[in-house]
Amino acid sequence: MAKELLKGNEAFAEAAIRYGLEAYFGYPITPQSEALEHLARRMVEEDRVFIQAESELGAINMVYGAACCGVRTMTSTSGPGFSLMEEGLSYIAGSDVPAVVVNMQRGGPGLGNIQPSQSDYFLMVKSAGHGDFHPLVLAPASVQEIIDMMGLAFDLAEKYRTLVVIAGDGSLGQMMESAELPPMQPFPRPRPEWAVSGAKGRDPHIITSLDLSPEGLERMNLGFQAKLAEIQKHEIRWKEYETADAEILLVAYGTTGRICLSVMREARKQGLKVGLFRPQTLWPFPSARLNELSGQVRVMLAAEMNAGQMVEDVRLAVSGKVPVHFYGRMGGVVPLADEILAEVKKL
Amino acid sequence: MNAIPDTMELVFQYPESLTKRNTHYCPGCTHGVIHRLVAEVLDELGVREQTIGVAPVGCSVLAYYYFNADFVEAPHGRAPAMATGIKRVNPDKIVFTYQGDGDLAAIGTNEIIHAAHRGELITTIFVNNAIYGMTGGQMAPTTLPGQKTTSSPFGRDPRIAGLPVHISEIMAAIPSVAYATRQSALDLPGINKTRKAIKRAFMTQQHGLGFSIVEVLSTCPTNWNLDPWAAMQWAKENMIPQFPLGDTRVSDEVAALKV
Repeated sequence: MAKELLKGNEAFAEAAIRYGLEAYFGYPITPQSEALEHLARRMVEEDRVFIQAESELGAINMVYGAACCGVRTMTSTSGPGFSLMEEGLSYIAGSDVPAVVVNMQRGGPGLGNIQPSQSDYFLMVKSAGHGDFHPLVLAPASVQEIIDMMGLAFDLAEKYRTLVVIAGDGSLGQMMESAELPPMQPFPRPRPEWAVSGAKGRDPHIITSLDLSPEGLERMNLGFQAKLAEIQKHEIRWKEYETADAEILLVAYGTTGRICLSVMREARKQGLKVGLFRPQTLWPFPSARLNELSGQVRVMLAAEMNAGQMVEDVRLAVSGKVPVHFYGRMGGVVPLADEILAEVKKL
Repeated sequence: MNAIPDTMELVFQYPESLTKRNTHYCPGCTHGVIHRLVAEVLDELGVREQTIGVAPVGCSVLAYYYFNADFVEAPHGRAPAMATGIKRVNPDKIVFTYQGDGDLAAIGTNEIIHAAHRGELITTIFVNNAIYGMTGGQMAPTTLPGQKTTSSPFGRDPRIAGLPVHISEIMAAIPSVAYATRQSALDLPGINKTRKAIKRAFMTQQHGLGFSIVEVLSTCPTNWNLDPWAAMQWAKENMIPQFPLGDTRVSDEVAALKV
C-alpha cells in the first residue's frame, strides 16, 4: 500500500475497519469526532455495524454487548466521555471480554477545553473503573503508529480477552501526516467458542462480572491478576533514542515524546549527552528498563502535558537511584521544544 | 415415574428454557412466575437455542442461573444498550432484557428510551413492583404517592419526590415501538394475559416489527412488609389504579400477529 496524507482520527478509524472492526459504537466529542464521522460512512459501505449512541454510557455498553459476542468492537472518545465510560470499562474487565477504546485526550478537569492534553494518564492507567484491574494502554506518537497500534490493540485484546486503551491526544487526532494503511483483512472473522451465540447443542454460556461469594470473587480476581501478570511479562513496549551514552534521559510518551525527540536532537547538537525513552505501553509500564538506565544516566526529566502523572511511575521505576525531574504544561498548552531544552540545561 | 400412555396428551411440563436450579427469590415474589412465562414462550416459539438474554442489576441479577439460555449480565440500567450491541451483531438471534423498575425506570431511562426510539429488534420484560427490592426496599421512581419505603419513611411526598414514572405510557409515545403493554402477575387471569403479551412481544421481534416491551405489575412482600397474599391484594387495590392495565401501543402489524 502506498503512503497517503492522513488525519490521525480518520487514520485509526480506517485502520480499525481494515483490521476487522465489526461493530463501532460512539458518541460525538471533540477532538475525536472525525473518527465517528469516518466510520458513520465507511461501516455502512462495508455492511458492518455503526451506531451513534445516546451517550458514552450507551456507547460503552453497546461495545460490552458486542464484545460478549466475540466480535472486534470499539469506541472512541475524549476525557469527559472516558469518565462516563469507566462504568462499562470495569464490567468489561470484570467479565474477561475483549474491547478497544481510543481516548484522544483533551484539557481538563471538567469541561476543560478541546486542546491536546495528557491529563487522563491516571484515569486510563491507574483507575479505568472500580475494582482491581488495568487496561493494556498503548501510547502512539504518530499517525503511522496509531494505525499500527490499532491492529495491535485488537490482537492483544483478543489474545488476553482484555480491555485495550489507545492513549492518544487531540494533537495526534487532528494532525495530518504521511502514513500507510494496512490491506483489508478477511471479513467476517470467525467468532470465538466462549462467546454468547445461543445455546445450540451445548450448555448455556454466561458472561458476568458478578460472584456473590467472597472466595469466588477472590478466585475471579486472582484470574484477572494472573492475566495481567502475563501481559506484564510479554507486552511491555518502548522506544529508546541515543541512550547508549546518555547522561540525561528524557522520558515522555505520545505527542510529548515527539517533542522530546526534537529536544534531544537540538541538545546533542549543543554537545549535551541527552537520550530519550518513549514508553509505547503505559500499562504495563517499562519499569525494568528504566531501572536499568537509572544505573547509567545522571538524571531523568519526565515531560508531560499535565501536572505530573506518568512521572510517578518513572520515580517508582528508578527507586530513588537518580533524581527524576518533571516539566509539564496543562490546560491544552503543548510545550515547545525550546521550553523543555531550557529545563534540560538546568539539570 | 410411569410413562405417559399414548392416549394421553401432555398438557403441562417443566419448561426446557428454565434450569432446574432453585431460585433465590423471596416466598411470594412473582419473579419466578414471570421467569416461567418467558421460558414457556421461548419453548413454544422454539427459540431457546437462538436466544441471548440480558440480566439486570436488582433482584433478578441472577436470572442467568434460572434461564437455560445464553446470558450476559449488564451494569445497572444498561441492559438495553448491551442488548443493542448483541442484537446488531446477531440479527438472527432473539435478544431480550429482563429488568426491574429501579433498573429500567430510574438509572436506565436513557438506555431504554433510546433503544426504543431506534426501534431495536429486542424485547424487554419490565417487572414493576414499585420498590427497590435488592438494596432493601428503597423508594423507586414507580413508588406510589404516600407509599412508605426505607427511603421514604413518611410516605412518598410528591412535593419532594414527584409522581410515579409511567413507562408503558412513555413507550406509547415512541413511534418505533411496535408493542408496549402493561399486564400483571397478581392473579391467574392476569398471569394468562401476561403470558400472551410476552408471546406477542417475542413474536414482534421474530418478525422484525420493532421494539417490544411488556411491563408486568408485580409484588415485593418482603419490602412491602406484607404476606404474599396481602401483597397481591395491595397491588390490585393500589398499583392498578395508578398503572392501568392494557396495551399502550400496538402497531397494525403487531395487531395482525396470530398469537
